[in-house]
Amino acid sequence: MTTLSACPACAAAPLAESMAQREIAKADVILSLPTIHCAACIGTVERSLRTMPGVEDARVNLSLKRVSVRTRTLTDAALVARLRDAGYQAHPMDSAVLDNGNDPEGQRLLVKLAVAGFAMMNVMLFSVAIWSGAADSTRDLFHLISAAISLPAVLFCGQPFFASAWSALRVRRLNMDVPISLAILLAAGMSFYEVLNGGLHSYFDAALSLTFFLLVGRYLDHRSRRTARSAARDLAALEVHSAHKLVQGSTQTVPVSDLRVGDVVMIPTGVRVPVDGTLISLEATTDRAFLTGETAAIRSIMGNPVQAGEINLGAPFKVQATAVGADTTLRRVAAMVEMAENSRNSYTALADRAAAIYAPAVHLLALLAFLGWAVLGGDLRQALNVAVAVLIITCPCALGLAVPAVSTAAIARLYAKGFLVKSGTALERLAEVDMAMFDKTGTLTVPASKAVRNLLTPAQQAVVRALAQSSTHPVSRAVLAALPAGEAATLSNIIEVPGRGVQGLGPDGLAQLGGGGWLGADFDGPGLRIGCAPAIALPLSENLRSGAQAAIDGLRTMGLRPGIISGDRAAVVTPLADALGVADHQAGITATAKHDRLQALADGGHRVMMVGDGLNDAAALAAAHASVAPSSALDAARNAADIVILNDSLADLPLLIRVARATTRLSKQNFAIAALYNCIAVPVALAGLATPLLAAIAMSVSSLTVLVNAMRIRRVR
Amino acid sequence: MNVLLVLIPVSIVLGGLGLCAFLWTVRSGQYDDAAGTSARILLDDDGPDEG
Repeated sequence: MTTLSACPACAAAPLAESMAQREIAKADVILSLPTIHCAACIGTVERSLRTMPGVEDARVNLSLKRVSVRTRTLTDAALVARLRDAGYQAHPMDSAVLDNGNDPEGQRLLVKLAVAGFAMMNVMLFSVAIWSGAADSTRDLFHLISAAISLPAVLFCGQPFFASAWSALRVRRLNMDVPISLAILLAAGMSFYEVLNGGLHSYFDAALSLTFFLLVGRYLDHRSRRTARSAARDLAALEVHSAHKLVQGSTQTVPVSDLRVGDVVMIPTGVRVPVDGTLISLEATTDRAFLTGETAAIRSIMGNPVQAGEINLGAPFKVQATAVGADTTLRRVAAMVEMAENSRNSYTALADRAAAIYAPAVHLLALLAFLGWAVLGGDLRQALNVAVAVLIITCPCALGLAVPAVSTAAIARLYAKGFLVKSGTALERLAEVDMAMFDKTGTLTVPASKAVRNLLTPAQQAVVRALAQSSTHPVSRAVLAALPAGEAATLSNIIEVPGRGVQGLGPDGLAQLGGGGWLGADFDGPGLRIGCAPAIALPLSENLRSGAQAAIDGLRTMGLRPGIISGDRAAVVTPLADALGVADHQAGITATAKHDRLQALADGGHRVMMVGDGLNDAAALAAAHASVAPSSALDAARNAADIVILNDSLADLPLLIRVARATTRLSKQNFAIAALYNCIAVPVALAGLATPLLAAIAMSVSSLTVLVNAMRIRRVR
Repeated sequence: MNVLLVLIPVSIVLGGLGLCAFLWTVRSGQYDDAAGTSARILLDDDGPDEG
């Protein structure tokens, strides 16, 4: 891979080699590393994995924040533990759900971009010679060579625009690509005609630089979308899509899609129920927070219904399926989401609204120029020349770049801040919101069990289990309940220190579970300390998500009215709302009622941003003007949301709105800049004074101004 | 002016070589991890890996 070869044929051999490597790489273990961000992280992760016996190779991809590890012997869990010791969170991913890292669409655009750039440079060289005075046969020769380079290049590189323009024209609509395609094709075609007839002017360089600049915009757009899409797919890959089916007493691992009504499914601790069904074990404890927003665990007994999406908190239990796949409650909600989304798809993007004004105006102007010159001047060739000059000089490339350049810069900036922008029009819609509705459970708060589980390594959990089991103190009981079931570590000399906690001797030294003061730490609640390691605080009640207060205060100062709609009990919601200073709060609301409430607000003229994570929020997320979900949200909620927050804090929510507003503002500025250029250039073109040199200057300067203006989004704080 | 007949093909061929080189870098996936590549240059260890 390190040898440099210039032609595709020489490159084919190493290419085949790398393809072969990729085939093997498919069996690699892929881990998601949400916290890596710099060269030192790459170094630490790769070194700690490569020095591990059994690991053949490890390679970090920083853009996608994952590492792929080639190993034959090691399990995911061993690798995750190794990385946790090195200080990095890691989550195993289902490689079947992931793409293999290839991006054929992006590569095609990049190839077209390269060809357009190459052709543009060469043709520009000839054009400069012509502008500086090449005459007669030299000029004709240069024109012919330009034609030989540009005609195939334009036909090859312009395909994305032609395809999009054609699909718009077929349904009798105009989009930005129609005037663009027309300008490219007419400029190239007319120049070719001129060249064959020994004409003075040719617009080959204009046609090519138009293609080039627009492909830049297209590629930027594609790349930022792809980053967002693949990160969204990463989240899906983190979910388990297989189930343990019981067949004649033994368990088989089958894909969830293969389950049928009547099948008996084993649900291990901590796993989500894949089907609607009836409990056939004696009893079960499940977490329904995702479905209803209810924070307390639900205890069911044999014969009770269990819904898809519940999480098993207690011992493993068995469920007989009564509804699978599309018939489950989970999917019925998903269908409701789909309907709500369809109504939102009617939102027209800024660029399309601009195109709706711009495209007919330009076509009309060019037509008028053609008719005017044809009638007044009587020279059809001259008239066509002027019409083409008008088409080219109206700066379609500045208009084509106006929105993609800004949104690419904004999406990249938000991605660095942990926001994943999934929908193309999300930022524009977000800029218009005047109300922010929050779900409580899982959005403003984090459940204790999850917090405790994420804080401790499996080894530490085992130690906590051993200590907590030996005590009857309510805090010990609560800690035990927050942990997933599993083996307890073997400790000796376990004693309870009254009023302080429990301690015991393990392989790593003295292990203590008790109050922060006893452990010599600076927190008050319960904590764990093993040996000389620093104490770890164990949060027990439902905790406010970090940054929730800052987010609500920040949004309020920006003029957004915050509100809380929760499915949980009023006894839990009211104190929380009071603590956060939110007057507008409602408790005990079902999924349908949430959706209806948002609909009512929308009908009342409000534009609501919904922030939620549960299945009960999914329909509301889709019905809201813009929606945000934390990465811990259920699949359905994440799919329904426009934006996913990848880190655990809500503190940057006001920044999200600020960036969204700046995006719309800068896009409009860019349109204004393009319009300003038109005011100057169009009269010149209409007067028939436009030369190819003038067209080239107008196009480059307007495109660069628009790009530079877009970069200002980085300065939004 | 005869010199043009040599120089023009030469310049186009040279440009074409550059284009081919670029196409090869695209096909071999060298733009797949732009953030990682720019960070890797700061790594010290000249290990067996290609990075």
